[in-house]
Amino acid sequence: MDLQTFFEMGGYAGYVWTSYGLTALILLWNWWAARRFEAEAQLAARRRNELALERTA
Amino acid sequence: MSWTWFHKLASPPHAYRILGSLAPWFGWASLALILLATWWGLVKAPADYQQGDGFRILYVHAPSAWMSMFTYVVMAVAAGVGLIWRIKLAHAAAAACAPIGASFTFLALATGSIWGKPMWGTWWVWDARLTSELLLLFLYLGYMALRASFDDPQRADRASAVLALVGVINVPIIHYSVNWWSTLHQPASVTKFDKPSIDLAMLIPLFLMIAGFQLYFGWAVSRRLRGEILRRERNANWLKEAA
Repeated sequence: MDLQTFFEMGGYAGYVWTSYGLTALILLWNWWAARRFEAEAQLAARRRNELALERTA
Repeated sequence: MSWTWFHKLASPPHAYRILGSLAPWFGWASLALILLATWWGLVKAPADYQQGDGFRILYVHAPSAWMSMFTYVVMAVAAGVGLIWRIKLAHAAAAACAPIGASFTFLALATGSIWGKPMWGTWWVWDARLTSELLLLFLYLGYMALRASFDDPQRADRASAVLALVGVINVPIIHYSVNWWSTLHQPASVTKFDKPSIDLAMLIPLFLMIAGFQLYFGWAVSRRLRGEILRRERNANWLKEAA
């Protein structure tokens, strides 16, 4: 099978590639959002700890 | 029987550490499976005799639809456990599920719509399967909006848990909608009790993709749950080590 027939997807290229592209986008969004959610919580916890340390010092 | 293992597992510091060491395994395994399933589904699997290459949308549509329901059930069970046994970690897990589930529901609706256009001749119809899946998206969004409307996390946990539990009725409705009502959406080809009506060569990449999505969910929920734990455990001593 040559590359051009592969990309043409038997005439369904627009539908198939849009679906797979959207899927990649959603997976990437989840990856980014979950990492950011965790990292922000870690940063906030670190700040709270530093504040608590300053208060005790 | 001793329940110490359970209390240990449900303790925030312990869960935080375990999730942190599990997440990379989930992450890399899901990446490998999703890449393999994508190649298998797009290249190796034969074209469908009726739908040609258009049927390949199945490999992203069905797994995301599966995940939309799976995630909701996990969320509702976690919310129920949190409500009944007052386990904070369970509420945190439910909260971690919602955005992931909402995104998979959106993906199932979008890829379904894209698949429907060439095969049914329309982007959307108000049939039972599509309507109940759309309702699932609204349940997720409603759950998140309800959580966000409370300042007190404990009240947010309880109120949103009730919504999650009421909404779980919708999951069997989605699943059986294609049998109960005469719909445009095709009936199940895989999740039924007799032999699947789909060839093995087409079935293998589907199972690989579902497994990949499940592991991906494991990764995302681990990361989010760690964030939820940190946000809830305000002044605990162990936070010093964790953060």
